[in-house]
This record gives sequence, structure tokens and C-alpha cells, in this order.
Amino acid sequence: MEAILSRNFNISNAWKLSVAEERGAYQTAKKVLTSSKPEEVLAAVMASNLRGLGGAGFPTGKKWSFLPKNNPKPVYLVINADEGEPGTCKDRYILERDPHQMIEGIIISAFAINSHKAYVYIRGEYVRPYENLQAAVDEAYTKGYLGKNALGSGYAIDLVVHRGAGAYICGEETALLNSLEGGRGLPRLKPPFPAIVGLFGCPTIINNVETVACVPHIMKNGAEWFAALGIPGCGGTHLFSISGHVEKPGVYELPMGVSLKDIIYKNAGGILGGRQLKAVIPGGISAKILTAAEVDVKMDYDSLKNAGTMLGSAGIMVMDETTCMVKMLYYATKFFAHESCGQCSPCREGTGWAHKIVTRIYSGHGKIEDLDELLRIARNMERRTICVFADAAAWPILSYIGKFRTEFEQFITQGKAALLEPAGAH
Amino acid sequence: MANIVIDGKSFTVKDGITIIEAIDQVKSELPRYCYHPGLSIAGNCRICQVEVDKMPGTVIACNTRVAEGMVIHTQSEKAKDSQKVVLEFLLANHPLDCPVCDQAGECKLQDYYMEYGVYDSHFDETKVKKTKKGVSVGPTIMLDQERCILCSRCVRFGDEITKTHDFGIFGRGDRAKIDIYPGKELDNKYSGNVADICPVGALTDKDFRFKMRVWYLGKQESVCPGCSRGCNISVEFEKSRPYHLKNDRVMRLKPRENKDVNQWWMCDEGRYAYKSIDQNRIKAIKASRMNPQWKDTLEEVAGILKKASLSAWGLIASPQNTNEELYLTKRLFLDTLKWKQAAFKAPGQDGFEDNFLIKKDKNPNTLGAEKILNLGANEDMTAIVEKAKRGELEGLFIFNHDLAKIFGAETLKVIRQKVKTIIYQGTNLNPTAEIADIVLPAVTYAEKDGTFTNFEGRVQRIRKAVEPFAGTLPDWDILLNLAGLLGLTLKYLRPEHIFDDLAKENSAFKEMNYKKLGNTGLIWSQ
Repeated sequence: MEAILSRNFNISNAWKLSVAEERGAYQTAKKVLTSSKPEEVLAAVMASNLRGLGGAGFPTGKKWSFLPKNNPKPVYLVINADEGEPGTCKDRYILERDPHQMIEGIIISAFAINSHKAYVYIRGEYVRPYENLQAAVDEAYTKGYLGKNALGSGYAIDLVVHRGAGAYICGEETALLNSLEGGRGLPRLKPPFPAIVGLFGCPTIINNVETVACVPHIMKNGAEWFAALGIPGCGGTHLFSISGHVEKPGVYELPMGVSLKDIIYKNAGGILGGRQLKAVIPGGISAKILTAAEVDVKMDYDSLKNAGTMLGSAGIMVMDETTCMVKMLYYATKFFAHESCGQCSPCREGTGWAHKIVTRIYSGHGKIEDLDELLRIARNMERRTICVFADAAAWPILSYIGKFRTEFEQFITQGKAALLEPAGAH
Repeated sequence: MANIVIDGKSFTVKDGITIIEAIDQVKSELPRYCYHPGLSIAGNCRICQVEVDKMPGTVIACNTRVAEGMVIHTQSEKAKDSQKVVLEFLLANHPLDCPVCDQAGECKLQDYYMEYGVYDSHFDETKVKKTKKGVSVGPTIMLDQERCILCSRCVRFGDEITKTHDFGIFGRGDRAKIDIYPGKELDNKYSGNVADICPVGALTDKDFRFKMRVWYLGKQESVCPGCSRGCNISVEFEKSRPYHLKNDRVMRLKPRENKDVNQWWMCDEGRYAYKSIDQNRIKAIKASRMNPQWKDTLEEVAGILKKASLSAWGLIASPQNTNEELYLTKRLFLDTLKWKQAAFKAPGQDGFEDNFLIKKDKNPNTLGAEKILNLGANEDMTAIVEKAKRGELEGLFIFNHDLAKIFGAETLKVIRQKVKTIIYQGTNLNPTAEIADIVLPAVTYAEKDGTFTNFEGRVQRIRKAVEPFAGTLPDWDILLNLAGLLGLTLKYLRPEHIFDDLAKENSAFKEMNYKKLGNTGLIWSQ
């Protein structure tokens, strides 16, 4: 398959404007801004079946169309570059290795939604990506690709890069807006949705890095071409991050709907050391786990939903036979207990409570009843909070215990020592 | 308008209001912590779960808006289970220190546990420890972080009502805790309200803390006499154990909701002013004879007033008195005795005022006094006081005003020397009462019925919360007795009857009566 989003990932210094331009950067944006109408861009994005690649998979064109008509307020475009989902590093590649691709996408997208100000909210820990992105933005300004007369089109686009401060929850789009406004990163109550009341109270579109990076390609090669890359209802390719017990971990650009099994065994070179596969998390830590028997599944939003999990951030975490599921759950609950914003009571109290129980089990003081109690707490957390964080925190508990209950029971009854951890397992 | 169904009953409510607003309007019940009608919607406590037909799961009533045909269940198994589940989370890390918590008895965690919870605790882990327990955050409020359920009402109160931005929530997850911003103190004119809106024992009122368990309190609806706003209040007093604190009967004041006057709030000045109801009171009559009683004292006063020359006596009425009392004052002194010199306004007594609740006029009934006494340009008492200083007056009848406070101790001294007879009728001890020849002990607003007219002409009822101290009488009762002795027979059994006559005579009060005034009062018709 021809690399689209990742075509410059292995070109050295592609984050520099001169290199990027040699490879065609900004030509599409220039063309669109000078000869297209915003409605044409929106129509193309609609027809391309581009879906939000941050995790939720919401059709991008549809999202843009939610902006109020005849709105007197400024419209903001906010790029969610707060890539914090454990197991995910796809946006990092774009930000660090090909930021101009995203900036070009921002220019076209801002033009399409009649926005003159865009923000990139970038994860605070992404130091190198930030440096390269900021350098790219600065170069784009110097060349007049951004600013009052972007690409000589007469259309004004300002782009501000804002660094987060390390909270996972700021990747939730409304917490991100609060953080961007200078407040605490607490998800907002919905409705109203950001398209109506977003950043600074104005209509706002929040798109993921990879999503906007797709836009120039759609405008360059056509919506039909893009739609054809994927599957019906979900166009294009996707950057899959693969980590864990595989021979070749990394970021792979593959078409939507590719087989998970193929990613693991073909692209990523199979299980590390030739061991047996035990389980896979297909879409970041929040996604429900799949057992080895369940990996014959297509990697797209609908297929994974039917399989009882989700594509999420497409962060694939592969676990081989040496993996201790109690330990996995220990780290998952630790993460969620640490990152819960603390706003809604079920999440605030539930994540901490669950982690205390799992910690007790992991330290060898578990009771068999703890497992049902964990399931009860997890179910009670689900769908009772402002954002989906609590659901995301519940799913590892529900799926790990649900699918590996015997192992949890053995761990409790026979003790930690009974389950020998082979060297190198982590 | 939207037609909706709540628990099987049909209602028509305004379109677009939230489910919880609809539930409150139709006087149905639903638990809530973070929701407060006077604050923005936070939606964080998650307890107000209801089931709505055609919606998955349960939704929070505070942030779901009604729509035509909506069918809402607050009591269905799904709704109740959801409420219970959330309550369990809220209580998971709660210290359960009810035996030493002053909120016990009016704690929403206790109440809702009994109503919606009643489960056996599953929480078997170590609770999160938070450091500030029983820590002062300002002159009036104590903070206990462990009891807090992080509903953020106090945060929003400071952000939205007082705009003093006092509280914040610090930290994430189950380490999140409420605190005052570093280096700050909760010290604003309305800080006491945070104890009212705190649904648990996290913020308690230093003044009331550990004074009395709330189930010993009686409550009476009244109006704060602290300024001309007339905030609606509840006077809360020792109900069942009179031996407990001897003469301290009134324990605290709490604001009472009145959307047109004070919403849900009251100022600290008014809140903590209740102590004068029980302290520093005039309890003994003073007259020319030893050991005076009401009968002979009033006869003595009547005798003096009968002989008093119209131009040689001055009346200083009080805007602290009720409309009914001022009406009797007018009937007796102005209409019957036809005194020429009367006033009620004290000069230079304006206090602090803001653009929220607090008014500079610290009297509850200035407008009532203006309208009823109808003294026009003569309402200021300065002219009378000047005359008294010059020795042009033979006598003064003073209601409740302390001339020493208004004009200085020196003026009072001069007046005492120059004026032969000074009669004082009032509630609390002060230098003017001390130098008076005759002192008639009256009762405070908490010990009588009546009405006040606030700054915008709203007539509101005060109600008797506690019995008068032995030896004291309401001003209206004293005036009625005096009127009888002076040949003005008025047959009123209660202030309500006086008010009925006032309403007949004075067009401002036209067609008003106690029943119509209700709990929230009525604005003057003109």
C-alpha cells in the first residue's frame, strides 16, 4: 500500500519547510484557498467518509456541519494533540516528523469552517514533537503560509500551539477547552456541545491531529479516492501503534478494516520470541481486551464494536503467554485512579476504590469475593458520569476479569508465587 | 409549555426547563447535592438520576431538559438503583464521623442514606485521608475536607454570587479536596451562606457549631430586621430543652427562600445579629414608684401625657417598629393627642451598602414609618433634639432610639438636664434607656407578630418565635393599653386586626391582609 499519512515519516528533516515543500507541502492548501469554496471542502470531507481518528470515530464532515448557521461569533478550530492514551503514539509521528502535513490540514479545515484562529493543544510530555511543530509553525508564518494573508489567498489564519501540563483527561475535548482557557482540565457538561458553545463560549470544532492531516490528501486526490482506501462508511487509512510482545513494534499506516491478526503477525512480525499470544488490547488502554481466540477481527470502528470492544486510538497492545493479567489490571486501574479528574462521584471514588482492591489482590491479600465486587463497582461507574472516562476505567476491569477470571481466581487462591513470572515478562 | 409525566402524574411545565426544576415546581422529591437553584449547573454529584422513557440508562435531572411528551420516573427500580449506586460512591471515602459532626440531623448524606440508600457497606479498604479536619478558613466558617463530597456549591457561590473566589478544588481523583486558595481567608459579607449550602458537614458555622443538635431546634418564619432589604429568614430557637442554655433561646438565623427579596441568601451582619434578642435586654420597668408594675406605670404615663402640652412634648417614633405599631403610634400621638412635634428618622446613621442585598438604611421599616406617620419634611429628629437641647421641650417620648449613639453622649447629657420628663420604650439597654425617667420594656421582632415594609414597599410578616421575657410587652400591646387609658378605645386582639384597619385607612396597604401576605409578602399597590 502506498504510504499517505506516513509518506514523510522516514524522510529526514521533513519537519523543515524546505524539505516538506520539496515533497509538495502546501500546494493543495494554496489551491483550495484560492480557487475553492468552503462548502466544496465540506462536501468533499463528507463524501470522503473521513471519521475522527482520535478515538470516537465520529464522521468529520458531519461534525463540521453542526456549526450554527449565521453565527455572529468567531469560530475556533482546535486540534487535539494531547495524545495520552496508553499504547498510542501515532499523532506523535505526525507532530514530530511531518508537522507541515497537519498545518496544511489545519489551513484547509479552518477555511472550510470559516475559522480564523486555530489552536493545537499538544501533550506536555511531547517535547520533541512540540519543538518541531513550533519550528514548523514559525516557518509557515515567516513564509506567509499562516497569518493575515495565508498563502496569498487573502484569508487570515492564526495558529497557536499550546502545551498541556500532563493530565490525561485534557485529551477529553471539553476538558481540553477548559485547560486551553486557563482553567482546570475538567470535562464540561453536555449539552451544549462545543460546536455550539466551545472555546471561550464560541462555536468550536475539535479535531484530532491525524484527522486534519487527512484533509489535504482528500482535497488533493479526491473524496472518492479517499473513501475507496477504506471500507464503506469509513474512508482512508489509519496509523496503528503497536506495542508489547511483538517483534517489530511501531506505527504502521494501514487501510481501515485491516485484520488485527495480520497487523500482529505480518506487519509487526509476530509474537516476540515465538511465544504464544495471550491477549490484545486493540485501541488503547480504555478498549476492552481481546483473547488470542478473538484476534481475527477487522480494525475499524464498526467491526470492533461488534466484537465487544473498540478501535479507540488504534493503540494495539499485544500480550504474550507470559503476561500476568492481575498485573495488567493493576497497572490499568492505577492509571485510571491517578488520572480521574475527580469531578463526578462514581469516577472519583470508583477508580480509587477499584485500584485499592486490585492492589490488595496483587499484593497477595485478595478474596474471591473481590472479583464480583470489582465487577459491581465497574458496572456502577459506567454511564453515570459527565465524560466517558469512567466507562473507559470500567472496561479493563470488566473485560480482564470477564475473560481471564480463572487466572484471577488462581492468583487469589494459590498466591502470587504459584504463578511464576518468566524472566522478561512485562 | 411542555406536557410531561412525572411518576405517573401529568403536568404542564415551561418548555426547556430542566427535569429537576420541573420536579421542584410540582413539589416532587429527588435527591441532589451539587444542584442549587441559585447556582450554575455543575452536574458532578450524579445523585439526581432519573429514568426517562426512550433514553438509555438513567440521566441526571439537573442537566436534562424537559421536552414535550417526556415521561420521567424518579421512583422506578432503575432510577432508585442508580441513585443508590451513586450514594454508595459518595459515601465510600466519607469518614462517617456523624457522632462528632455538627451537621448531623440536617446532613443530606444521612438523610439520603435513610431514604435512598440503606445498603450494607461494601467498602473494605483504607479510606483516603485528607489533612484539614476542623480547620478555620475564616472568621465564621470551619472546614472539614474529609466530609466534603466535592459538590462545588461553595466554589460556585464564591465565583458566581460574591465573586470573591474563595474556594477551589485541588488535586485529582479521590485525592481531590476542597480548600481555600493559599493565603486567602473566607471573609466576605456573605460568608455564612457557604455553611447553609454545604449539604454535608464539610463547612460548618463557628457560631452555631456544637451549640445544639439541630433536632432540638424550633423554627419560625420571619424577616431580618437588620436593614431595609427585609431578607426572609427562619428564626431557629431552643424548642424542647429550656434548661439547656438558660436565657439563650435563639440559636441561629437561616435565610429563607424569597426570589424577589433575598433569593436563598442573607448577609453575615444580619445572620449573627440575633444575639440582641436574648442579650442585653431591658427586662424591668422603670417608673417613679418602687417596684413598678405595668398597670400603675401605664397609668402614670397616661397621667403625664394627659397633662402634657401639645407643643412642649416631642415624639421620636421608631422605624424598628412594625407597621401595626407605627399605626397605633399615629392613632395615639398624632390623631388623638395631636402632638405637633414628631419624628422617626435618625440622621447620619447610614451604614454599609452593596449592590446585592445589604442596604445602608439599617432599619427594617423606614418606608412603613414614612407612609404611616406621614410626617413629610419633619421626619428627621434633629429639630426635636435641637429644641430639647435648648430647653424648649418639657418632655420626650422615645421609641427604641439611642440618642447617645446618634448625637453623642454629650448631647444626651444636655437633654437630660434640659428636659423634665423622658419616657423610653425599647428592647435593649443603652445610655438613653439608662437616663430615662420611665422605661417601658418592649419585645424584639422574634417575640411578636407584625409586618415590616422593606425598601421597595414590600410588606412582609414577622412571626413570634419565642415568648416575651417576663415583664416585657410588645410595643403594640403597650400602645393599646396606653390608648385605652387616654380615652382611645381600640379593640384589637392581635396585630392582624390592627393591620386590617391600617389596610382600610392607608391606601398603600389597600386590600392587604395577613393571609394574602403569606410567606413572601406583597408589594404596595402604589
